[in-house]
Amino acid sequence: MNSFPLLSVLIFLPIVGGAIVLALGTERPTAAKWTALVTTVITFVASLSLVTGFDRSTAAMQFAETAPWISAFEIYYRLGVDGLSMPLILLTTFIALFVVIAGWEVIKVAVSQYMAAFMIMEGLMIGVFSALDAMLFYVFWEAMLIPMFIIIGVWGGPRRVYATLKFFLYTFLGSVVMLAALIYLYVQTGSFNLLDFHVTPLTMNEQLYIFIAFLLAFAVKVPMWPVHTWLPDAHVEAPTGGSVVLAAIMLKMGGYGFVRLSLPITPDASRTLDWLLIGLSLVAVVYIGLVALAQKDMKKLIAYSSIAHMGYVTLGFFLPMALLSQGNTSASALAVEGGMVQMISHGLISGALFLCIGVLYDRMHSREIASYGGVANTMPIFAALMVFFALSNAGLPGTSGFVGEFMVILASFQANFWYAFLSALTLIFGAAYTLWLVKRVLYGEVANDNVAALTDVNRREMFMLAVLALSVLVLGVWPAPLFDVMHASVEQLLEHISLSKL
Amino acid sequence: MNFELPQFGLAAAEIFLLTMTCVVLIVDLFVHDDERTVTYWLSLLSIAGAAAITAFSVGTHDAVGFSGMFVNDGMAHALKLFSYVMTAVALVYSRQYLRDRLLARGEYYVLALFALLGIMVMASAHHMLSVYLGLELLSLSLYALVAFDRDSPVASEAAMKYFVLGSIASGTLLYGISIFYGATGTLDLGALTSALAAEGPDARTNVALMLGLAFILVGVTFKLGAVPFHMWVPDVYHGAPTSVTLLIGTVSKIGAFALIARVLAEGMQELQPTWRDMIAVLAALSLVVGIVVAIAQTNLKRMLAYSAISHVGFILLGFLTLGPAGIEASMYYVMAYCIMASGAFGMIILLGRQGYEADEIASFSGLNQRSPWYALIMLMLMFSMTGVPPFIGFIAKLSVIRSALAAGFTGLALLAVLMSVVAAFFYLRVVKTMYFDEPQDHTPITAGRSMRLVLGVNGLAVLVLGIFPSSLIDLCRRALGL
Repeated sequence: MNSFPLLSVLIFLPIVGGAIVLALGTERPTAAKWTALVTTVITFVASLSLVTGFDRSTAAMQFAETAPWISAFEIYYRLGVDGLSMPLILLTTFIALFVVIAGWEVIKVAVSQYMAAFMIMEGLMIGVFSALDAMLFYVFWEAMLIPMFIIIGVWGGPRRVYATLKFFLYTFLGSVVMLAALIYLYVQTGSFNLLDFHVTPLTMNEQLYIFIAFLLAFAVKVPMWPVHTWLPDAHVEAPTGGSVVLAAIMLKMGGYGFVRLSLPITPDASRTLDWLLIGLSLVAVVYIGLVALAQKDMKKLIAYSSIAHMGYVTLGFFLPMALLSQGNTSASALAVEGGMVQMISHGLISGALFLCIGVLYDRMHSREIASYGGVANTMPIFAALMVFFALSNAGLPGTSGFVGEFMVILASFQANFWYAFLSALTLIFGAAYTLWLVKRVLYGEVANDNVAALTDVNRREMFMLAVLALSVLVLGVWPAPLFDVMHASVEQLLEHISLSKL
Repeated sequence: MNFELPQFGLAAAEIFLLTMTCVVLIVDLFVHDDERTVTYWLSLLSIAGAAAITAFSVGTHDAVGFSGMFVNDGMAHALKLFSYVMTAVALVYSRQYLRDRLLARGEYYVLALFALLGIMVMASAHHMLSVYLGLELLSLSLYALVAFDRDSPVASEAAMKYFVLGSIASGTLLYGISIFYGATGTLDLGALTSALAAEGPDARTNVALMLGLAFILVGVTFKLGAVPFHMWVPDVYHGAPTSVTLLIGTVSKIGAFALIARVLAEGMQELQPTWRDMIAVLAALSLVVGIVVAIAQTNLKRMLAYSAISHVGFILLGFLTLGPAGIEASMYYVMAYCIMASGAFGMIILLGRQGYEADEIASFSGLNQRSPWYALIMLMLMFSMTGVPPFIGFIAKLSVIRSALAAGFTGLALLAVLMSVVAAFFYLRVVKTMYFDEPQDHTPITAGRSMRLVLGVNGLAVLVLGIFPSSLIDLCRRALGL
């Protein structure tokens, strides 16, 4: 173990960078952009040492840091990562690069505030994934809403005020209930340490209430049907960078919350209510898949597709509850790891798709599918890349989209045939809505003069999309390193949740 | 019968401030400057002097003096020190406001200092009569301050309402105190505690005591502005000159807290199970009414008035836990609230100018384009009042909700967190106006250097004390000997 506070650096480097950019003022956009880029690149490079220094053989928390924070409430500044959180931190620092690059030429108003908001948010998101103290976790979790609120509201589309208020109030509602549950757990255990929460015994009633409180917070974030309605609005109105961060990282926090808090703290309640979660996940996969098919707005379509894909994540996380009762641990591991891979993969793919739509929107200022048609004729390179991302979104083997979905479906077969049947429907729906989107936007005759006047991607856009395409491909063909990282932690999680806490 | 000279040293800060206030009053007679610069600096100097005396006596062991009327303990020190700071901040903010509106008169400073003196007496009260004396000194100064802009009909109306309702509440309090005197034979808070303890659980079924308790509670919560005794709050906040609203919204809340802490939490500990339930009801009502009605407000001062009512609900949550731990939670909340409220009223004063009051929410529109720095300060204040981390308001909510949960009021704690979501709506509306709307007013923001500096520090304090809350929490804990 090294004593260098790597996680703190990862958290506070972007936050301090953001504060500096903010202090630069709105008069100096170029300086703001370069400071933002340099900071995010350094953060990303620094986060790579998480990978190199990570011990794959243990489920224990690594890179741990502990310092007293609010001693009156026994709140500690406690950080650490395991195989579940480390990949997500890497995803965050990686995606943050593209957010800065995506806003480079597009954002014209108050550039420094835009960059600062994203950088501060990056730091806070890394904080969520590395916090091991319940209050620290909550502080990062909530503080993140503030920059996002501003981002959607200031740089968003025409209905941005409605969308951003809805986004804030929805997520805030979910999380304050979680706050009450966390304080309740503190009153019971006398500590805010998440790892203490994991082992503290709780009665079934307590577990049920706490589980439901957590569920409210995480289900809104994921989002799960029926509390998903904020997402399409927020996505549609957010600027491209905002949509990317929302889809690629923020949604993952809900999933992460389930594996870090819900499952280990309330395993018995999770077991009792697994039908509910599995049911809601299947609704998301099937029903939302159909809803996506009916969308006329590209961003909305991808937003609904995100909900459907996140349904796989929650399905993967709660299938083990059904599987473990049959004593099937190998399928359980398959399900959880499938869910985790799906999170990473969806982060890359949905981020890329939103960037693609951003590329089109910057040129045409329309998100309506109907305003496009035949884009491939004028933007061939772009079309090739977008088709690639669309196919990986539909779960084409060889891309990362396939790996997670396939693992979850495989595991669900062993739990119940109907789970598998319903979840596999997404392969059809997913292919239907993404390919249909591609057909209407990219292919066919050139639809109108505006499309005819389009120019292909410039170097900046090309770079972003190509790097993402490469990572989607690598993860699809060779996901083994990711499994290596997660394996020990998943094993330990499964072992933990198979024991009753009553 | 022998006459003992009281230990004047105990009340050195009060005596000093009283003397200085009289000096300020007299010196002001000879000041012919329209801006009252001398009076202003002399007032600040008096506060600084009192602060030095109090700070010097911190750490000396608790002592009761003046025949049991007066106590100087940790809580008194902490509350006094905090009141000095808040009054000084309020005076700094007031100065420009008064100058712009040609209200700069020496009486303003004298009345503010008397109000501060009232709070100090309450903070150190160890006897029902000294509680009452302090309260009346505070209230009378505030009544006069509300009517300070004598040409404003709204202000006169507000002052009238405040005076009539406030007098009724004082009467109720006094009536409750007299019933207690009849039942226990003492007005000394220490003796009262032992008298009630001697009665034990029987005290809780004693009709006279319960009646007295109800009257006292009405009087006390009126001063705090809890529902259903909140009717005066919006009108007074709205009608009073903003600099006076600032004093009522911040400094007088410390006084009201001292009142409830001394009388209920300390003097009537034995009756806690009874008054706790009453407080729980008042807290729930204040949360719901304050927050729901605030949504409908378009005037920022009225909105902050209703928001103050809801914050009172949170303050009361702390008292649900018995003993010093509960007082500590509430005390921390009061301090956090004062910091936030003084910043918010400071912003209203900052944006206003001669002939223009920035007290509508719409006056803040597009502030981010006019001045990103002040918009950021107001953003932090609003998110802090909502209770979003990492600001001080969150830590304050955390401490009172913990107190409610530890006392077993799970439902009330849930209500409190859910109501803070509803509250988010109207706080966010201010943020929305500042950041998402276009500015209507392009007048450059002008303010004196001291105002800009103090407001900046005030805004940053909301963030810094939220990230490093231990200093203020430890201050509260030490004050209560935890």
